[in-house]
Amino acid sequence: MDNIKFALADGVVIAKRNVIKIKRVPELLVSVLISPIIFVLLFAYVFGSSIEIQGGSYREFLISGIFAMNLTFSATLTGAGLAEDMQKGIIDRFRSLPMSRSAVVFGRTGSDVIYNVLSLIIMSITGFVVGWRIHNGLGKAILGFGLLLLFAYAMSWIMAYVGLLVPSPEVVSNASFMVIFPLSFIANTFVPAENLPTPLRVFAEWNPVSSVTQASREFFGNIPIGTPDPTAWPLQNPAVYTVIWVAIIIAIFAPLAVRRYKLAPTKS
Amino acid sequence: MEAPRIGLLRLQKWKTPMKPMIEARSLSKRYGEVIALDGLDLSVPEGTILGLLGPNGAGKTTAVSILTTLLVPDSGTATVAGADILASPREVRKNIGLSGQYAAVDEHLTGFENLDMIARLYHLGRQRSKSRARELLERFDLADAADRPVKTYSGGMRRRLDLAGALVAEAPVLFLDEPTTGLDPRSRTELWSIVRELVNQGRTCLLTTQYMEEADQLADDILVIDHGHEIAHGTADELKMMVGGERIALSLQSDASMDDARAVLIRYSVGELHVQGRSVTAPISGGAATLTEVLRALDSEGVKLRDVGLRRPTLDDVFLSLTGRVARTDDEETDISEQGVALEEAS
Ligand SMILES: Nc1ncnc2c1ncn2[C@@H]1O[C@H](COP(=O)(O)OP(=O)(O)OP(=O)(O)O)[C@@H](O)[C@H]1O
Ligand SMILES: [Mg+2]
Repeated sequence: MDNIKFALADGVVIAKRNVIKIKRVPELLVSVLISPIIFVLLFAYVFGSSIEIQGGSYREFLISGIFAMNLTFSATLTGAGLAEDMQKGIIDRFRSLPMSRSAVVFGRTGSDVIYNVLSLIIMSITGFVVGWRIHNGLGKAILGFGLLLLFAYAMSWIMAYVGLLVPSPEVVSNASFMVIFPLSFIANTFVPAENLPTPLRVFAEWNPVSSVTQASREFFGNIPIGTPDPTAWPLQNPAVYTVIWVAIIIAIFAPLAVRRYKLAPTKS
Repeated sequence: MEAPRIGLLRLQKWKTPMKPMIEARSLSKRYGEVIALDGLDLSVPEGTILGLLGPNGAGKTTAVSILTTLLVPDSGTATVAGADILASPREVRKNIGLSGQYAAVDEHLTGFENLDMIARLYHLGRQRSKSRARELLERFDLADAADRPVKTYSGGMRRRLDLAGALVAEAPVLFLDEPTTGLDPRSRTELWSIVRELVNQGRTCLLTTQYMEEADQLADDILVIDHGHEIAHGTADELKMMVGGERIALSLQSDASMDDARAVLIRYSVGELHVQGRSVTAPISGGAATLTEVLRALDSEGVKLRDVGLRRPTLDDVFLSLTGRVARTDDEETDISEQGVALEEAS
């Protein structure tokens, strides 16, 4: 019992420390918040003017895709943060303290939720400005935002493990680029999955980025009228499928990251 | 009920040999081809300071990392404050304070926030953490900078903050890995007195250093290691005795006469010469009489001296004769093996 209490308290101390850093390095926060604005505007005006969606507005269709893509990308911050702590030797300090062995990673993934909440808010406002609307009521919209945040939290755990594995924050950015780019583009984020060539279509249909996008489109009421029902099971049950992925990812990567933290090489 | 017992226990402690607070048996660790530790034994009795001395790459940091549970040894065992480093690492962590070779402080936090965070992670409680942080900032002369982000600190200030971090919990066992590297002379003396005071209160300390003076000043016991194993062990005086005798120390007026000076000294020296710049030291026997003879011989060779003297061996000499390397005096390290070869050719 005491152990759990201490683990929570330690996690909070670490998360507080990370939040102080967000305040002290506003440049990072600004870049984290400006990139979603740019994405929304870029895709809305560049793609939006050439892609036609039958029975609806491309911009409304697009925004959920942008949400999912951006939150997937922002997981990189978790990895970079941990890699930086390793590089600077602070992890060595933490590892010599009688604190909970999972507090550093839990504190980090926890505090990074702040980035995700802020960037969701910014993206929603920008989306609203370019014509995105919520059609299914506030309750469902909250479910949509909640699912997006949950998905982002899971992605954050993958990158936490990667961040502890590599020698520097720069490597995290490069490594994540290679994985996250295909993951968020071979999906229904910017075009309907049905329009893709077969191998890509199958990948896209089973890609959790697609399911979280599909689910939030449904929650926000952004599925264009007359769109044929999806044929693949994940897209027929996108919320359930996404939650399953979230559970699997956290179940695998949280223990991996904690284990890696315990065994991480010391700075020398 | 407890009070009278404590008195008894104290008495007993004086009678029985003091229990070791740090004890390691044949610790080994390798990194690929490199053997960082090769069967290292050490034992530090309660209330004493062990100076772990060795040239770069000797394995000092590796030993500290293993004893502080940051690193798992390939083989060997160790206990710290009675707890086994492998079986109960958490127990070990409760009882240690560590200041590593590289200052592990958070750049974005202020000095106060750094120490407060560490105190909270030792579970000192909110109020106690705050007051402990302020206390230590005062103690380490950082009170003025306490509320500035560490990013704005100088190297020495970071080092001091890191050291303060090791003292936050008033843990009974301290590990300090090259604690005074990068400190100015005043901060260094100040740190020495803090460490002395802590040990007088009964703490136990393992400190690594490359500064002989530091080991000489602080350590009750010195363990010299190289290539991961012990090469000598004893008090500063014992170690100095090992290399014995006095030394002639010469400083020449010009480089040109170095060869002549060497040739003369080799005739009288009872050990290896040590050349650094225009200075030469040579172990001799016979004291002042030998010195007079050496001076006469040098004079007849036309060697002009700037300075000359007899001195007792220092720990530097010990280090040199044991490791074949000069201890770091001010960041530089000289390898004398080349000069040794040159000398053999000359003689
Ligand atoms: N992570 C690592 N990977 C590979 N080799 C390592 C690693 N850490 C240490 N070593 C090697 O192990 C040996 C001992 O290193 P260690 O850091 O313990 O030496 P040290 O006595 O602390 O030296 P210094 O005085 O330079 O701090 C060195 O040869 C070093 O190169
Ligand atoms: Mg070292």
